[in-house]
Amino acid sequence: MAATDLDILASEGMRSLCLGGHVGFDSLPDQLVSKSVSQGFCFNILCVGETGIGKSTLMNTLFNTTFENEEASHYMDGVLLRPRTYDLQESSVDLKLTIVDTVGFGDQINKEESYKPIVDYIDTQFENYLQEELKIRRSLFNYHDTRIHVCLYFIAPTGHSLKSLDLVTMKKLDSKVNIIPIIAKADTISKSELHKFKIKVMSELVSNGVQIYQFPAEDEAIAEINSSMNAHLPFAVVGSSEEVKVGNKMVRARQYPWGVVQVENESHCDFVRLREMLIRVNMEDLREQTHARHYELYRRCKLEEMGFKDTDPDNEPFSLQETYEAKRKEFLGDLQHKEEGMRQMFVNRVKVTEAELKEKERELHDRFELLKRTHQEEKRSVEEKRRDLEEDMNSFNRRKVAAETLQGQAFQGSAQLSIKKDKDKKNFFTLPSACSLTAGRNLH
Amino acid sequence: MSTNIRFKNRFIKPEDSEDRQYVGFATLPNQVHRKSVKKGFDFTLMVAGESGLGKSTLVNSLFLTDLYKDRKLLNAEERISQTVEITKHTVDIEEKGVKLKLTIVDTPGFGDAVNNNECWKPITDYIDQQFEQYFRDESGLNRKNILDNRVHCCLYFIPPFGHGLRPIDVEFMKALHEKVNIIPLIAKADCLTPNEIKKLKDRVRDEIEKFGIKVYQFPECDSDEDEEFKQLDKELKECTPLAVIGSNTVVEARGQRVRGRVYPWGIVEVENQSHCDFVKLRSMLIRSHMHDLKDVTCDVHYENYRAQCIQDMTSKLTQDNRVDSPLPILPLPTPDAETERLIKMKDEELKRMQEMLEKMQQQIHEKEQ
Repeated sequence: MAATDLDILASEGMRSLCLGGHVGFDSLPDQLVSKSVSQGFCFNILCVGETGIGKSTLMNTLFNTTFENEEASHYMDGVLLRPRTYDLQESSVDLKLTIVDTVGFGDQINKEESYKPIVDYIDTQFENYLQEELKIRRSLFNYHDTRIHVCLYFIAPTGHSLKSLDLVTMKKLDSKVNIIPIIAKADTISKSELHKFKIKVMSELVSNGVQIYQFPAEDEAIAEINSSMNAHLPFAVVGSSEEVKVGNKMVRARQYPWGVVQVENESHCDFVRLREMLIRVNMEDLREQTHARHYELYRRCKLEEMGFKDTDPDNEPFSLQETYEAKRKEFLGDLQHKEEGMRQMFVNRVKVTEAELKEKERELHDRFELLKRTHQEEKRSVEEKRRDLEEDMNSFNRRKVAAETLQGQAFQGSAQLSIKKDKDKKNFFTLPSACSLTAGRNLH
Repeated sequence: MSTNIRFKNRFIKPEDSEDRQYVGFATLPNQVHRKSVKKGFDFTLMVAGESGLGKSTLVNSLFLTDLYKDRKLLNAEERISQTVEITKHTVDIEEKGVKLKLTIVDTPGFGDAVNNNECWKPITDYIDQQFEQYFRDESGLNRKNILDNRVHCCLYFIPPFGHGLRPIDVEFMKALHEKVNIIPLIAKADCLTPNEIKKLKDRVRDEIEKFGIKVYQFPECDSDEDEEFKQLDKELKECTPLAVIGSNTVVEARGQRVRGRVYPWGIVEVENQSHCDFVKLRSMLIRSHMHDLKDVTCDVHYENYRAQCIQDMTSKLTQDNRVDSPLPILPLPTPDAETERLIKMKDEELKRMQEMLEKMQQQIHEKEQ
């Protein structure tokens, strides 16, 4: 084929020549360095760990500064990712540092969904980069790369083994990001317990197939230190935001009644090793790995999902444009189909609801009629009662009048007995008025 | 040994018996003491909390024995969907002629799975079971040898790595605070500096109050106790929740052999009051308040359970005469609760009907006008 012919030609033409004098292309690395320094570097760290385990304190200690941070609450409903970007400068080297915090991780009672926001965030960053790459007019050189370069996973120092949540989360993350497991708050484990704990954790990770970041050992300059560091994983760290006077210097340390834990003392904790590995030696390698391994994997999966392949069924290299067009048409067709379906559903539902409403209306009407009828009946019966009572009242009044006239006649006859009889009569006569009052009330 | 000193003060002096007006019932405390020594004591302690917080180590440190000799800890993988178990260890220990039958109830698996919904249910079920069994025994015909398996105290371990109580802590304590005496402890306190301990204690106390959790309250001192005791009691109350450290090993520190933990930067002594509150916990739990814990369990938690149980049973009986109760129950003079409820329901229904009628009447009036 055409490709391989060219290769053979090229390899035949490759000879190593000796130089007669100093040409000067040995300054190429320097040119590269000065270019990258002027551009500035960017580094993104993701800190995953329970609330209160010491993520913010460790970041402060690592970068020897105080990133502003409020204490997180334990009562979040779910896991939130909070990215914060800072511009740091050291010896004229600019670093754009992004620290992503997982707020609320490990606090919920049901933690089955805890890993999802983290995985989604990482995928989103990859997606953004992919979109930028696929653009027609793209500007990758000044694109702010937000892909996570390293994930520091904070393990609680129980002294027994990993927690179940840790295992599940790390398994989901190991193919998307470089994981460096860290034992947090390591000043609560004694030396012998620490040794056993580290071995247990590593063996659990290995037996469950979790791939953590291995420090590269190909480059002879750093191979030795890297491989010795690999043996110290996971790093047992202690962070501190306070300084204590030890000897005649102020060092970052934690003061206890029984002693002082110095953060930068190698026999107290592995903080110095972590700083070496993370920042001073392997930062660039972490970025490369993210781009070359994790991002490429993501890209491949995503494009395969979309239906792209590198080669045709006929082994002809595929054009991205053509596949893209085909995919687009398919997608639009799907959309239209779905729209139709939804419209149908909507119409059906409207019909059903209308029918229901009509039914309800009829029911209400019936009930109304019934109530009206009962009301009418009651009204009628009440009216009857009223009439009866009125009749009674009338007849009573008549009798009263008759009695009065009789009394009047008797009164004219016997005036002495009138005083006592009057009282009696009054009582007798006030009775009907009382009756009429109550009769009247009943009617209303 | 403040308890013993207090008690000794009450021993009668022999020369008083010569007094004419002396009756002699001041020897009652002695008699109680003798009988109780003969009978022996029992105590059931429950420890709860996530794994890896030092529960077993603390129990060993408290009772100076090794209760957990060969236990198998699960891997992270096995714990993903672990259920909570209840395990019991019973030991008989003796000190100066006083016998104690100590039962430790452990709850392995609590809070370890990924989904911990209702993971405290096996624990509440266990406590209820013990109450139920005691209830049956107490109501039985032969009550000579009742075994008291009720849980007298629950030590709940709060992890020191966070900023306060977590949702699972709150839910657990709320599910149990009316069934058992809860004493919250801050575990592995050697990871906190004194300032941090104080902050965390204040935080936890506030949150306990905020969520309305009823933890075990130390009883008030009598006014005739001596000053030293009152002072100790006051300190204890201000120190809750207690921050503890446990250790399985004995180390050499300051020329003595003590239980402690060795670090490159110093040695933590478990029994040093300036290092942690272990001594306070031990003296409170064992030396002064053990009996009070038992009393509160019997008088408050058990009685609540019993009252609730009886009410449930009688309401079931009035509803359904076929219920076959295992206990002799007298028909209580308040089944009216049931009829009252029915009456209330009917009243409400009537009111609703009246309102509807009125509304309809109004509508009719409006239409007529």
